[in-house]
Parts: sequence; C-alpha cells; structure tokens
Amino acid sequence: MESTQATNHVSYLQHKPHKIGILNWILSTDHKRIGLLYLYSIMVFFIVAAFLGLLMRIEKFAPGETIMDAQTYNGVFTVHGIIMIFIIVIPGLAAVFGNFFLPILIGAKDVAFPKLNLFSWYIYIAGAILALISQFASGGAPDTGWTFYVPYSADSSTNVIWALTAAFILGFSSILTGLNFIVTIHRLRAPGMSWFRMPLFPWSIYATSWIQVLATPIVGITLLMVIAERTLNIGFFDPALGGDPILFQHLFWIYSHPAVYIMILPAMGVVTEIFPTFSQKPIFGYSAIALSSVAIAAVGYFVWGHHMFTTGISYWSRWFFSFLTFIVAVPSAIKVFNWISTMYGGSIDLKPPLLWAIGFIFLFMIGGLTGLVLGALATNVHVHDTTFVVAHFHYIIFGGMGFAFFAGLHYWFPKMFGKMYNIKLANISFIITFIGFNVLYFPLFIIGLQGMPRRYFDYFPEYQYGHVISTIGAFILIIGIFIMLFNFFRGARKGEIAPANPWKGVTLDWQIESPPTLLNFDEIPVITEKPYTFKKEEEA
Amino acid sequence: MSHEFNDDVGKKMGMWIFIFTELFLFGGLFLVYAVFRANYTEGFHSAAADLDAFVGTLNTVILLASSATVAMSITAVQKGNNKLALRFIIVTVILALAFMVNKYFEWGHKFDLKLYPGSEIMEQLGKGEILFFGLYYMMTGLHALHVIIGVVLLMISYFKVKNGTVNSQKFIFLENSGLYWHLVDFIWIFLFPLMYLVT
Repeated sequence: MESTQATNHVSYLQHKPHKIGILNWILSTDHKRIGLLYLYSIMVFFIVAAFLGLLMRIEKFAPGETIMDAQTYNGVFTVHGIIMIFIIVIPGLAAVFGNFFLPILIGAKDVAFPKLNLFSWYIYIAGAILALISQFASGGAPDTGWTFYVPYSADSSTNVIWALTAAFILGFSSILTGLNFIVTIHRLRAPGMSWFRMPLFPWSIYATSWIQVLATPIVGITLLMVIAERTLNIGFFDPALGGDPILFQHLFWIYSHPAVYIMILPAMGVVTEIFPTFSQKPIFGYSAIALSSVAIAAVGYFVWGHHMFTTGISYWSRWFFSFLTFIVAVPSAIKVFNWISTMYGGSIDLKPPLLWAIGFIFLFMIGGLTGLVLGALATNVHVHDTTFVVAHFHYIIFGGMGFAFFAGLHYWFPKMFGKMYNIKLANISFIITFIGFNVLYFPLFIIGLQGMPRRYFDYFPEYQYGHVISTIGAFILIIGIFIMLFNFFRGARKGEIAPANPWKGVTLDWQIESPPTLLNFDEIPVITEKPYTFKKEEEA
Repeated sequence: MSHEFNDDVGKKMGMWIFIFTELFLFGGLFLVYAVFRANYTEGFHSAAADLDAFVGTLNTVILLASSATVAMSITAVQKGNNKLALRFIIVTVILALAFMVNKYFEWGHKFDLKLYPGSEIMEQLGKGEILFFGLYYMMTGLHALHVIIGVVLLMISYFKVKNGTVNSQKFIFLENSGLYWHLVDFIWIFLFPLMYLVT
C-alpha cells in the first residue's frame, strides 16, 4: 500500500497498480472504481433496454402490425422489463452511488468487504449476460413478461429458464451488496458519527439494504421452484399436479413489491442530499426523513397483495392490503413535504441537479397519487392490466428512480470525475427529457382509463390518438437523454477541472478532493455535529 | 490493493445476515409446504409413511453430533490447541460425508421404486403425494447442496488452521464456517419432523 501523506495525493483514477489498463478496473476492490463499473454496465444496458422500449412505441404508432409481429412484441416487452427491472433499477442507485458515496459520506475508506463487493459485480455481470443470452438463444426470447407468471412461464417454449436463472443470479448479487452495506454502516462510521449524525443518503441505503437482504431470497426460491417445475416436472404451481398458480403470485410479489422500495429509497436518499445543498439550508425534518425510510421498508413488506386484487383473494385480505397500501403512501408524502420545506426560505440555486430533483418530485407525485387509484379496491378493478398501470409505474420507476439517478449524476459528476459538464446543455437536456417523458407517459393514463390493455401489440382505432402522442414523446425523450449522455461524455473528456466543492455542499463528500484519493481521507474525520450544518461565509 | 479491514465483529455480523437470507430462502419452501400440507393433509400423511424414519433419525443424530464437534473445534482453536481442532474438523467432515452417503442411499432407494417426479408410478399417486415428493426432493436436495457448501468451508478452515492463518488470536473464519454449519443443522432439524414424522 502506498503512503497517503499529503505530499502524495493521487486520485483514485490515477492509481494504477496493474500495467494492463483494464485490470485496474476488473481487479480493483476500490469502492469508487466498482461504483463506476456498475455505472458503465448500467448505462450500456439502459441504452439497450431504452432502444427496445422505443421499438415498442414505434410498433404502436399505428394499429395492426407496424414493424414487428405479436410474438416478437411479447419478447421485446419481456426483455425490456427484465433488463430495466433486474439489471438497471434494482441495483441502480444503490450499486452506483451507494458504492461510490456511502463510504465517503460516513467517513470510511472503503466498504466493509471490498473483495465481496467486486465479487458482487462479477455475479451481476454473469446474470446480465445470461439475460442477454435469453434474448438471442435458439428458443426465442422469453415472452412471459418480467413477472414470470405461471402457468404460462412453466409452459412457454421460449428461453424462460435462461431468464429465470439470470434473475436468480442477479438477486444473489443484490443480496451480497446489501449485506456489505449493512455491515459497512454498522461498523465503519467515522468516530463521532452517531446514527442521527449520519447523512440521509446512508440512511436510505441502510433501509434499502435490509429489504434486499430479507426479501430477495423469497424471489430466489420462487424462481428456483419455477425452474424445478420446468425441468423436473414438480408441479408446485401447476393445478394439474395439485399446485397453485396464485401461490406463485403471492411469493413473487412478497419480493417484488418490496423491490419497488429497493428502487425508490436510494433515489429518495439522493434527492435528500441535493435539496439542502442547493437551498444552502439544513434539511427540514431530519429524523422524520430518516425514520420514514425505515417505515417504508417495514410497511412496504406487507402490501404485496395489491398486485392481486383481481385474482379472487378473500375480501378481508383485499381490504387489509388496500389499507396498508394507503398507509405506505404516508411516509413517502412526509418526505415530499420535508423536501419542499427545505427549499422554503432557502437561497435556491437552480443548477441542473436541483432541476432534476424538482422534476423527480413532480413526476413522483403523479406516480404516487395514481398509485392510490390502483390501491383503492373499486378503481383497481377498472384499471387493472391497462396502460394506466404502465403509466403509473413508469412515473414511479423512470420519473422517480430514473430522474433521481440523473439528478445524482449531475450532482456528483464533478466529484466522481474531477471535471465539469456544460451547465447550459444540462439544463436543455433536462427540459427536453422532462417534456418528452410527460408526452410519452401521460397519454397512457388516459387511454388506460378508456380501456387500453397493457402488453397488447395491437389496439382499436379509438386509442390511436393517445398512442401517436405517446410515440412522439418517446422520440423527444430519447433525444433529451442522448443530449445528456453526450454532455457527460464531453464533460468527462474535456470539461473544465472541477473544484473540490462546486456546489458549496457541507457533507463529507465535498470536504475531500475531486476526484477523491484512493483512500478518500488523509485522516478519518471526527464528527462533532449534525449533518447539513451550513455556516455563514465568514465563519467557514 | 485497497484497504483491508480486520474487523472480526463485522465479519461475524456479515455471516449472521447471510444466515438470515438462507433462512428466508428455505422459508419460502416451508411456506409452500405449509400451504400444501393444509390443502392435502391426507396425501402428505400417506406419502410421508413411504420415507424411512430410521434413516432420517440417523441423519439427524449425525448432524447434531457434527454440530457439536465443529463447536468443539472452535473452542480448541481458541485455547490454542490447533491439533485437537484439526481432529474435530476432520470428524465433522466425516460425519457430513456419512450424512451424504445416507442421503444417497435414501434417494437411490426412492429412484429404484420409481418414486421421482414425472415417473409413471408417481403420476398414479394422488395430488398430495405428488406434491409431497416434489417438496421432499426440492427441500432435501437444496439442503444437501448446503451440506456440500458447508463441507467445502470446513475443508478450507482445516487448511487455514493447519498453516496457522486461523489461530487462537484470529479464528473468525473457522467461527463463521461453524456458524454456517449450525445453519445446515438447524434447517435439517425442521426438515426432519416435517418430512419423516408427519405420518
């Protein structure tokens, strides 16, 4: 290990122990490099899956077969879903920003198990490759949808086994990452950093990690059971052999609903870091935000039945799941109020990260409120399996998690790469993306209410208006995203050198150099006060 | 390379969390077992009668004994008696292998009777029986996989004790392997009555 004296400040990007360039990445146990490994892999898969999404929109530009047949369409929406859910948004923010900034924010030199961390990435890549194989191997792309509902997933002749195995392996990676972060937060906080002096992004990662650890094994065993059903002829879910297909849905959603909170909690954590910095004001309601993360994690475990209101589960269980679904909206709303209160009376600096974060609140609110339409028993029956549901969860997953991801990238980009992107271009890309997003997804609410089913490649002519507007929105959105990516690439290559603290942030990540040194801190800091304590210029 | 932490408490905490995930993994199967047992009580009772309770009991005793020996090996290392620890690890591995041999003959016997999913004889049974045997193979199979992983961990511990990387000051690897081994034992303690004793 090299000395970390002040005279020897080498950024983590310049630290190259291996002669062959790529080995410095794939053999590195540095949490920052692993975070970037995840970032690059996620970006590649995001472009692939977004392209698949665009193909679906083009197909729906006109009724009937436009560019692909029905079976191809089934494969495209399934692989779009599997890649987006299991490869991008579930690891998503936790794997990228959690890896990169969790240790820095709590004043640690690395995560608790650096080798295990790298191993998780390898497992992740293995799962991702399997998912890609499932698309291209000889049996044809899986056509079950990302939910793998039995009995169809047990009967379909396509490559469902590849996709199931991929999801199982990706789950394993998720578990190990979660385990690593929990131990990191428990054991490696800097001296003086008590639980309630911890910044709020680590709090959200902590809640996320517990869901990852406690919920993922359930879907793991469920997927194994479907694999056993397909290969060994064991009829857990096949009524002909005595099994129960509804049981599959229960087991699947016991994981996959909490998985929604695996996606959104780190997103909430990221914007919680952004609001105080760009308002130059302490966060409003620190403990409420910290504990609402834990509350979401706890209650979110018991709402899975709201995916199954139309399956014939009993009246009382529907009543109960609907009630809890409304309850789980409360801690999310608490966070929204606190973010807005943080901005109130602050000296607001409308830089790109804050723009994206405000965009996040706007879209997340629409997604959340339409979620209540779905959570209410009567309206649920009306909109079940329509594009209303599609619009709802894209507002949550893309508008929420995706926009927060981009907010985080704009926020931490100068820290991660030591360079600055073009602020003006970033603003333009935000505006285009935001408009494109709403033009793409909002019409789906309306035609969904009118009865347009999800997962159909064809439709009646009366829905064409909505579909055409939506497809136009998809192109606008793609343009916005490509401008943003272009801005990042140009920034990373020849952007201006970023100062250590471009946004005047006060958390630990802004107290170290940009980009950070290999071990982040010359000396582990001693924490003496709450986070987000902003001082006046002359005091600082 | 990057900074390595020597935090035994953290490593143990990590192992416990991993054990939680394993329990949830099996928990899914236990849940499915509970649902089908409630739906097909009769079928489960009659199918369980086909299992050999003697072999099951023998395997339970073997695993319980192996849990004791692995605990003794940890105590021996803590007291600085590496030689004794090595012996206890070997005894544990031998017991594990004995368990697997028993399992092999038990499964082999079932296969001789053509009691496996998809066979003609199985398809003539009632739904409860089919599901019971499906669960039997799935649960004991997954458990056997965990036995194998446990044995591998114990073998690694053996070499670590032998070359001194596990010693009276630093024994977390052996301790974690022991924890994992107890998990294997623990799951079996639930599998045994649910599979063999429900007749």
